[in-house]
Amino acid sequence: MSTIEEVVQKAVKKQGKDPTGMLEIIRDVQAELGHVPDKAKSLIAAGMGLSKADLDGIVSFYHFFSEKPVGKYAVYLNNSAVAVMKGREAVARAFEQEAGCKFGQTTPDGIIGLHDTSDIGMNDQEPAAIINGVVFTGLTPEKVKDIVSQMRSGKDVTEMVKEYGDGLNGSEIVRSMVKNNIRKKGAVIFAPFEQGSAVKKAVRMTPADVIEEVKKSNLRGRGGAGFPTGMKWEFTRNNSKGKKAFVVCNADEGEPGTFKDRVILTELPRMLFEGMSVAGYAIGADRGILYLRAEYEYLLKYLQSVLDAMRKGNLLGRNVAGKKEFNFDIEIKLGAGAYICGEETALLESAEGKRGEPRNRPPFPAQYGYQGGPTSVNNVETLCAAARVMILGGEEFAKMGTFQSHGTKLLSVSGDCQKPGIYEVEFGISLQSLLDEAGGSDAMAVQVGGPSGKCVPAGEFGKKISFEELPTGGSMIVIAPGRDLLTIVHNFMDFFVEESCGWCTPCRAGNVILRERLEKIMARKGTESDLAELAQWCAVVKTMSRCGLGQTSPNPIATTIENFRSVYESRLQKGVGFVSEFDKDKAVEEYCRIAGRTPYTEGR
Amino acid sequence: MSTSKSKTKAKAKHDVKAKAKSKSKSKSMKSSKIRFEIDGKECTAKPGQTIVEAARDNGVYIPVLCWYEGMEPAGICRMCMVKVGGRTMPGCTTPVAEGMIIESDVPELEDMRKAMVEMLFVEGNHLCPTCEKSGNCDLQALGYRYRMMVPRFPYQFPLRLVDATYTKIMIDNNRCVQCRRCIRGITTKDGRHVFAMTKRSGKSTIVADRELEAKISDALAKKAMDQCPVGAILKKETGFALPIGRRKYDKAPIGTEVHK
Repeated sequence: MSTIEEVVQKAVKKQGKDPTGMLEIIRDVQAELGHVPDKAKSLIAAGMGLSKADLDGIVSFYHFFSEKPVGKYAVYLNNSAVAVMKGREAVARAFEQEAGCKFGQTTPDGIIGLHDTSDIGMNDQEPAAIINGVVFTGLTPEKVKDIVSQMRSGKDVTEMVKEYGDGLNGSEIVRSMVKNNIRKKGAVIFAPFEQGSAVKKAVRMTPADVIEEVKKSNLRGRGGAGFPTGMKWEFTRNNSKGKKAFVVCNADEGEPGTFKDRVILTELPRMLFEGMSVAGYAIGADRGILYLRAEYEYLLKYLQSVLDAMRKGNLLGRNVAGKKEFNFDIEIKLGAGAYICGEETALLESAEGKRGEPRNRPPFPAQYGYQGGPTSVNNVETLCAAARVMILGGEEFAKMGTFQSHGTKLLSVSGDCQKPGIYEVEFGISLQSLLDEAGGSDAMAVQVGGPSGKCVPAGEFGKKISFEELPTGGSMIVIAPGRDLLTIVHNFMDFFVEESCGWCTPCRAGNVILRERLEKIMARKGTESDLAELAQWCAVVKTMSRCGLGQTSPNPIATTIENFRSVYESRLQKGVGFVSEFDKDKAVEEYCRIAGRTPYTEGR
Repeated sequence: MSTSKSKTKAKAKHDVKAKAKSKSKSKSMKSSKIRFEIDGKECTAKPGQTIVEAARDNGVYIPVLCWYEGMEPAGICRMCMVKVGGRTMPGCTTPVAEGMIIESDVPELEDMRKAMVEMLFVEGNHLCPTCEKSGNCDLQALGYRYRMMVPRFPYQFPLRLVDATYTKIMIDNNRCVQCRRCIRGITTKDGRHVFAMTKRSGKSTIVADRELEAKISDALAKKAMDQCPVGAILKKETGFALPIGRRKYDKAPIGTEVHK
């Protein structure tokens, strides 16, 4: 076995001391040693000209890096709300029972480690877990028993996958049990795509005309923000003269309930990469970066093979598609487990090998992005749609959809419905008709846009899915009658508390405070004034927070107070000014244990 | 947050405006003075100045906590949030633009700023009477400025560590407000950080690099203590050099050094 020195030296050398390779270095060390010990951090710091404290900062920021051994088999079980709906707790108990340790622990022999993790992009096939990078879906206590016994016998994780998913999930290089669950194909993403058609058409135009075409299409960002893509490219192009510009594809879909990019990355990577080339041509960039969330590491080798094939086919590299002096290539950078890195400036920081904390804006990425160069950060689906705009032409594309939302939208439908999966719908369809198609017509509510979106009540199911009426990045979580809405809201708040980067006061401290007040009401210790304050505090966190995370994290509470007020009111103590949260038994518990006494409780 | 998550349609529109604004700003760079208005007062700024800096130069105090003169602004504490064209934005990181009309001393913002102070008080364990920094503490001074009696939020009483195992300094995490002045302000001659933030979310914690910290000069250790707005970083072996009662905010409340 290699020594820590050797492992670090090799990892640092592989990146050529390039600071943007920091996450790769740490990942290599973690893979080799099973954790990133103090000594390794000191050595990496010395090798990269940083202080060891900086390394402490980077390693501890990302969920999939660990200072302590994570286990020879590191089980990361998703704890999102839909996973819980689908039986996650029974699966978790089975893991604990079979492995003989609790979540957050590693077995004494270091063989199995059990870890919670935020949404892994498998909401359509929960409960799901990632074990040593391999995705296991549709888990049951019985399957867990089998998996743990195979771990005990030392089997390689990849060999534990018995059946492969549909489409390219089953290909030689992916070999994953993940299913695509494509339920509905539309005219933009899932329409037939001929390789090379988009980029070849683009390079016959001038970059300015490409941008003009995208503007004509009225394409808007598909990640949820809805910023006009043509305008973003134009800003970036205007800043790119004489500078090194970049196209960055945001493949860090971390919003619980979204998994559309997973399916694009599996089935349509060529279309995506062509979309990136088109963007590169338009803005004057010669480098593209795909920032891939760590949860999708199982697609990494496959995606790299696609890039290789495209290089061979002259769709990447020098003189792309025969266009003289248009050189463009794409590299893949892997995240390491942080929802916040879906925020574009946090993503850039992370891609540069730092803690994934959002930047202050201005300057915007179009002015000062990756390594200071003008950068266009676009969503996976947006870039695919841009490729389609090239093929169809902007005017044709703009014919689809509504007044302010053109083209189609991929929706990731999950939760209480018969047919969870991906639906490509034209903008403007009603939420009700989506529910009818997905087999969730009798829903009580739909969480549109994931936790950071809005909890929409049945009375509003007639609304149209569009930027103007019901905007969504794609996550649609169906909630059936009989579900306890506050339990789901609480799960969402757990998520935001865990995933806040901690930079600004309102998000770091505020989300904890909001969750605590929610718990008070859930425990039936809340009063009318507690509820009124909770709503006010949501507004404080939203207004004062620095980035999209804190500006939307109170939404699960705020939108359920707005749309499902009775759920809260039914748990309030009426006509009471104040209910103490103080729990005397709990307060004296430690004392009693040490002193060997039994607490005195009145009336008992 | 599959991508830039949050931004709603309205915000996206604002971003367009902000970008357009920053363009017009670069044009106005040619003229030497930028004219703007804050709470009805007509002011001028130098090109490139942020709202907080320009306001200070015009004798208008916008409350700050993480901001420190000469340091790269960080937008952490959110005390300096102001309103421009109906949109709330941080004064410390936003450049002044020609014709900007800024609202700062308005009840709605003042209440939210007070909420930030209160969040910081309940998030940590701030016991002024036993703190070496009392009277020199920016958080305490802001608490007085906002007439905070009891925070509106419940105390968290977190379990935090006092780390006295360092050589030159000690870090009392109970008092840390995570302003990152220490990270931004204290570096070695070769540019390495002596302090760093570890972990994330409410668990985020300041640490010092043991090797580098042991080698810093007494002057740098004192600087680290002085730049810390609260009593989280203390230089070892000196304490209460200036008696309570004769300290900075004992003499004049926070803000009066700027406000005219």
